[in-house]
Amino acid sequence: MSTQTLPPIPQTATTTYRECVREAIRDALARDDRVFLMGEDVGHYGGCYAVTKGLLAEFGPDRIRDTPLSESTFTGAGIGAALNGMRPIVEIMTVNFSLLAMDQIVNGAATLLHMSGGQFTVPLVIRMATGAGRQLAAQHSHSLEGWYAHVPGLRILAPATLTDARGMLWPALEDPDPVLIFEHVMLYNATGPTPDADTVKAVDITHAARRREGTDVALITYGGMLGRTLEAAEALEKDGISAEVIDLRVLRPLDEDTVLSAVRRTRRAVVVDEGWRSGSLSAEISARIMDQAFWDLDAPVARVCSAEVPMPYAKHLEQAALPSVEAIVQAARGTLGKGAP
Amino acid sequence: MTAEVSKPAPGGGKVHLTHGHLMALLRDMLRVRRFEDRCAELYTQEKIRGFLHLYNGEEAVTVGVCAALEPRDAVVATYREHAQALVRGTSMRAVMAEMFGKASGCSGGRGGSMHLFDREHRLYGGNAIVGGGLPVAVGLALADAMRGRDAVTACFFGDGAAAEGEFHESLNLAALWRLPVLFLCENNLYAMGTALRFSHASPDLAARAHSYGLPAESVDGMDVVAVEAAARRAVTAIRAGAGPYFLECRTYRFRAHSMFDAQLYREKAEVEEWTHRDPLPRLIDWMRTAGHLHDDDLKALEDAVATELEDAVAFAEAAEWEPVETLTRFVTSAEDRP
Ligand SMILES: Cc1ncc(C[n+]2csc(CCOP(=O)(O)OP(=O)(O)O)c2C)c(N)n1
Ligand SMILES: [Mg+2]
Repeated sequence: MSTQTLPPIPQTATTTYRECVREAIRDALARDDRVFLMGEDVGHYGGCYAVTKGLLAEFGPDRIRDTPLSESTFTGAGIGAALNGMRPIVEIMTVNFSLLAMDQIVNGAATLLHMSGGQFTVPLVIRMATGAGRQLAAQHSHSLEGWYAHVPGLRILAPATLTDARGMLWPALEDPDPVLIFEHVMLYNATGPTPDADTVKAVDITHAARRREGTDVALITYGGMLGRTLEAAEALEKDGISAEVIDLRVLRPLDEDTVLSAVRRTRRAVVVDEGWRSGSLSAEISARIMDQAFWDLDAPVARVCSAEVPMPYAKHLEQAALPSVEAIVQAARGTLGKGAP
Repeated sequence: MTAEVSKPAPGGGKVHLTHGHLMALLRDMLRVRRFEDRCAELYTQEKIRGFLHLYNGEEAVTVGVCAALEPRDAVVATYREHAQALVRGTSMRAVMAEMFGKASGCSGGRGGSMHLFDREHRLYGGNAIVGGGLPVAVGLALADAMRGRDAVTACFFGDGAAAEGEFHESLNLAALWRLPVLFLCENNLYAMGTALRFSHASPDLAARAHSYGLPAESVDGMDVVAVEAAARRAVTAIRAGAGPYFLECRTYRFRAHSMFDAQLYREKAEVEEWTHRDPLPRLIDWMRTAGHLHDDDLKALEDAVATELEDAVAFAEAAEWEPVETLTRFVTSAEDRP
């Protein structure tokens, strides 16, 4: 190793998803002194996914707060601080651990505006990692964002691109209501051109995005599954099938218009969701398509979801549990009445 | 009242036992007691529905604590929180209308008995998740601390809540960050039907707070002046920057946990014994003996409370229902969003 030279540092302005999230946090901290960040290991350690590295040195311990291992309490403290004029960003290491704070999120943040008859808003942002792919097994790999998308009063975001990672945080902080941002663990190392300021400014937290145009089938996905879905679309292209790809971006409230217009144009839909199939977000999207675009469909809505198993550790098992490019291709072909290529 | 309470409280929290102050304490004690009794009646008449948790017997806790607070301070309470709302300044009309589920209730009819909120008086609920208010109180205090605002957050919770994880997490975090939280444990010896001794390996709740580095004391929660004195000590320490403070108020609930409760878990004799310590006659007797209360004064006070109460009931009765068309209001700030 010692004799090997390091590859040259690329001179083009590229960045990573992780750096985009960090930049978004830095920017928010600099723009608004009501913003602060708290969570486990966000300070001295630099964040369990290294997202917040360097922020403690830059902003100090008052605004970058390492908390004890107390998910419920630091989330609830975020609610209290938000009620009392601050704009907290709470980081929870992974969605699995957010279950220890689910009471505060579901019974607290999501309900206070309503229970108080409109008196109290909770301008809180909670960020957390989600998803599988790092062989972290069944207590660190699940995609439970769909559960939160079930809850009225919350806004649920799933940035799948560098631009969204960079741009979604600020409008989320401006939202007077609680917003949960789900960062897929496999995206942190994703690289790409540094999003320019205008593009970042244009990022909204209300619309789904069309990531690829197509005419034969709409592939509807979000977050960590966007990459595989785009790959599947490429593979389908080689087969002469033109697939549109819709990135939901916002899991609640759903941008039905974008989804339905894609389905109406292509007349076929495949929902790709890393969550489990039963009682899931994919079921919700499928149901809405049936409700509102049934007569436009040429085939039943298909779904590609994770296998209904706690996420296994072994790499081959983990990959087998996740929606694969092949499975997406198969499902899309199925809606066109075609078998395996 | 004990002799101890009339002397200056160490740390500067002196209770001034002037006639006017004592009358104000008595007035609030009466307002809460009569309000609660009336609620029980209204419940049997089905004007009030849902869960109804009454505070009879515990009035001295809230009245004593609130006497030590300023309007700029915040309050977080439980589902047994009528007293906190009434004593902090939410109008009896708005509280009663909320019980009735009316639009002019302090939560617009969406909260009910367990979820009284009042932005103007910094009452942040009304939380019916046992222990759920503690983290929120820590956050309220964190914001005040970060903004350099001189405000204390008073957080009420029960003995049962002290078994929840959030109790431990919140005491630790508040102490770690030296936040201005006054933790007030309303120890009425029961969590629903489970006696303290059946749910806590060690019944010494103050010791538990001590172990997290909080100054902690226990006080006779049936003695309003003792509670006020202790709360003043606590608030003085908190305002001086000492961090959070834990106050255990030893009290007793005279009525059932909520409206449906056969009270099989406690002996009549025990309830009887505690009624001898009823904080209301105790204050009245002491004021009489000390020459602060004459029969006419008491009569006038009772009449005023009765008038306020009947006015509140009439108001609630006459108030409008929130129209069903507004069912999905206040789910998000943007009214048109699902
Ligand atoms: C998290 C949670 N668990 C259980 C309940 C049901 N419950 C409501 S009140 C109560 C007893 C709480 O006792 P305590 O904290 O002593 O308060 P008190 O009612 O005596 O004022 C229970 C178990 C609840 N509301 N929330
Ligand atoms: Mg109790």
